[in-house]
Amino acid sequence: MSSNLARLDRRRLAALIRKEAVQIVRDPSTLLIAFVLPILLLFIFGFGVSLDANSIRVGMVVQDSSPQADSLAQAFRASPYLEIEESPAIQPLRERLVANRIRAMIVIPQEFGASIDRRAPLPIQVATDGSQPNTANFAAAYVQGIYGTWIEQQGMAHFAPTVGVNARYWWNPELKSRFFLIPGSITIVMTMIGTLLTALVVAREWERGTLEAMMATPISMTEFIASKLVPYFVLGLGSMALCTVLGIVVFGVPLRGSILALFLLASAFLVPALGLGLFISAATKNQFVASQAALFSGFLPSFLLSGFIFEISSMPKVIQMVTYLVPARYLIPPLQTVFAAGDAWGMFARNIAVMLAFGAFFFFLAYRTTRRSLD
Amino acid sequence: MLEPVAIAKGVVKRFDALIALDGVDIAITPGEITGLVGPDAAGKTTLIRILAGLMSADEGELSVLDGAPGTSLEQLGYMPQRFGLYEDLSVIQNLELYAELRGLSTEEKPETYGRLLDFTDLARFQDRPAGKLSGGMKQKLGLACALVKTPRLLLLDEPGVGVDPISRRELWAMVKALTAEGIGVLWSTAYLDEAEKCDSVTMLNDGRLIYAGDPSGLTDRMKGRVFSAGSGTLDRRQLLAQLLDESEVLDGTIQGSSIRLLTRNEHPSLPGIHLNSLAPRLEDGFMEVLGGGPGGTSALADAYTRFDRTDAPAIEARALTKKYGNFTAANQISFTARPGQIFGLLGPNGAGKSTAFKMLCGLATPTSGTCSVAGHSLKHTGPAARQSLGYMAQKFSLYGDLSVEQNLNFFAGAYGLKKAAARNAIDKVVEIFELDSRMRTNAGVLPLGYKQRLALACAVMHEPPVLFLDEPTSGVDPVMRREFWVHINGLVSRGVCVLVTTHFMEEAEYCDDILLIYRSEQIAMGSPDELKAEAGRIAGLGDPTMEDAFIALIEASNIDTKNPRKAA
Repeated sequence: MSSNLARLDRRRLAALIRKEAVQIVRDPSTLLIAFVLPILLLFIFGFGVSLDANSIRVGMVVQDSSPQADSLAQAFRASPYLEIEESPAIQPLRERLVANRIRAMIVIPQEFGASIDRRAPLPIQVATDGSQPNTANFAAAYVQGIYGTWIEQQGMAHFAPTVGVNARYWWNPELKSRFFLIPGSITIVMTMIGTLLTALVVAREWERGTLEAMMATPISMTEFIASKLVPYFVLGLGSMALCTVLGIVVFGVPLRGSILALFLLASAFLVPALGLGLFISAATKNQFVASQAALFSGFLPSFLLSGFIFEISSMPKVIQMVTYLVPARYLIPPLQTVFAAGDAWGMFARNIAVMLAFGAFFFFLAYRTTRRSLD
Repeated sequence: MLEPVAIAKGVVKRFDALIALDGVDIAITPGEITGLVGPDAAGKTTLIRILAGLMSADEGELSVLDGAPGTSLEQLGYMPQRFGLYEDLSVIQNLELYAELRGLSTEEKPETYGRLLDFTDLARFQDRPAGKLSGGMKQKLGLACALVKTPRLLLLDEPGVGVDPISRRELWAMVKALTAEGIGVLWSTAYLDEAEKCDSVTMLNDGRLIYAGDPSGLTDRMKGRVFSAGSGTLDRRQLLAQLLDESEVLDGTIQGSSIRLLTRNEHPSLPGIHLNSLAPRLEDGFMEVLGGGPGGTSALADAYTRFDRTDAPAIEARALTKKYGNFTAANQISFTARPGQIFGLLGPNGAGKSTAFKMLCGLATPTSGTCSVAGHSLKHTGPAARQSLGYMAQKFSLYGDLSVEQNLNFFAGAYGLKKAAARNAIDKVVEIFELDSRMRTNAGVLPLGYKQRLALACAVMHEPPVLFLDEPTSGVDPVMRREFWVHINGLVSRGVCVLVTTHFMEEAEYCDDILLIYRSEQIAMGSPDELKAEAGRIAGLGDPTMEDAFIALIEASNIDTKNPRKAA
């Protein structure tokens, strides 16, 4: 039967692909994942989730009545990133902080004006809500930034806090996070189609016994696998195109690179995604287990360890090492480049090569696991 | 004799510790239907998969279509148990797919499709998705897909399962017609009446070959040892229990109002019993090979509460109707079952038995009509009603990942037994069903016979006066089925009322009264003998079997209504 494995008959392959296409069209859940999910994801990431911290509610107590304290308070009030809520005492603000009504609290201490006059400024106190670390960091950074600028204006630049401020929010305050999120969403959607959907449809054939009937016909496993790859490859690219068009038209994301680069990158990423999906389905033969495996090995790493949501450089070293095993890590940076900057073929070529290498590995595993046998 | 299209000798197949096939031989002759017969888990599917090249045998010699299995797939037709149809694809698209995969030439296609659609009577439905076909139609389409390129060998894995008797008969006729073209057919089945019609049979039990050859070879041995038995004084259940304990008696079953008896010798001495000779059946031979049936005494029944046989109904349904949107799943179902009676709901798949059954045990709320169990209305005192019934679901729905002990504990709790009572009840069933050696085994890996015992134990631990059984013994071997019915007969003698749904004719014979449901309507009600008599009158049959009666009554109802519902 091993000779049988390599055969590829055009007519049988065409019949199988036609069958797959009919199934995709008739099965609402496939279309839902391929076309409705991307739209949903884009809107959630484009509008709902924003990693930009504009307009954080912050409480402020000014304990000093000097003009300097007043000027600093005015600087905070004027910031577009903070929404200041003032109070004469600390206690009510502390309660509001605990109740999650405000994200941080600034205290400008007594004698603050006098200390400026002495050119030995007292530190201002900033308390943040540590239960929301991301927002807390933003709030602290903004407060520090505003304070630093203000101190500088007072001609005391050397007293400016030396704490590093996340540059991302400074070098381009206009850059919305959705510009990062759209390339990321494309990656997620292609992972879902390539890995999850492929794993499900092959596992479904095992479960429903249709594969058993197929194996008793003269088809080869190569034909069977190819018939799964071609439609889902096309579906993945279609979905990528939909995301891109939506990104450009609805969200105003620029596409500064070429469509060819986008197409090549997406195609290269689909190879490991599909390979992983095939391997999972062959190893599990069960839709439920396959979906769990696809979520854990495909979706979650693409989501968490690819630099999509969390920056890789700010992860612990060990986790950073792990991210090298996530194919999506090699897609997101070049995609961001294609959208935001332009074509950088050297970088693209390197990433494409890595993705294809992952693909070859997964296909090897899938090939080893898929047998024309029920044993 | 013709050269066999497939031959296997000494086939052994192991799955880890389990031996699925233990030295099985089979030969499939062209132009014949070879029956592969045995209960569930006997090894039928494994053998078919090995012949189809889908599994490898651990030992044994195999030659399929003049080569190793799997090498001549062009000449093989195979229909797996679930038909292998793509449910999203239409009838014609499924045919088209298999035609392409089997390399049917373009010129042959129109003629082949026409012939197969005609043959299966599916031409009207060719654009319907396969998932929306009835069980019988799916099965015919599955067969058509296996036949797009006329094979030399056709392997059919339990084509009769889950299909009503009418469709089963049609399918049999279709396959019979194929053998005339010289195709060798292997037809696997758990139904011995189906096997009886085969040209030759290979019988498996527990992975071992127990008989191979002409079915008459097995039935002939039983000649003169099969009787219909009666006695003037005892009711048939008591008589059966008594007879089964006789050493002369190998096996006995209830057939309507009489008893069918298989004896060890040709001239049994059973004083006081009237015996009339009957023609032996394949099942008699199978029982002999398996060493005969169990005794007639049920330890379960002996230890069970005795309920008075009053005239108050144990189960009563009045004009029960269930609608799902526009679809009426059950319409105006009315009947009464009394203590000490077995009442059967009989009908093809999808006829509405399950719907009626669900309403009676409180799992579905009737759209209109009322029902009560042991005097408790399900509408007003549902919990009390449910407390007084025991329920055994199809295929023994136990918790497979829990041990026997955990299952027993769970069900004792679920039926509301308090600590001490639960302990007592569990100890009692463990002793009766000899479960003590298996208390720590997971229910999922028990042998089928123990699963059956455990499922029954779980359903009767709280000693309910009413017992609901949903296709309790389809697929199990005849010995296990006998054992089960000995318990049920014993319980009924104690005054328990049993409601059983089935499409299995054998089980129908045990009933006192049967309600026949078809297309959501009740079309006939009466004792098995009354239904047979009526069917005989309608269809002009002499001595019809239960299955003949079933088919005749359904066909008569089709003519009556003159309104064949559009298949949904």
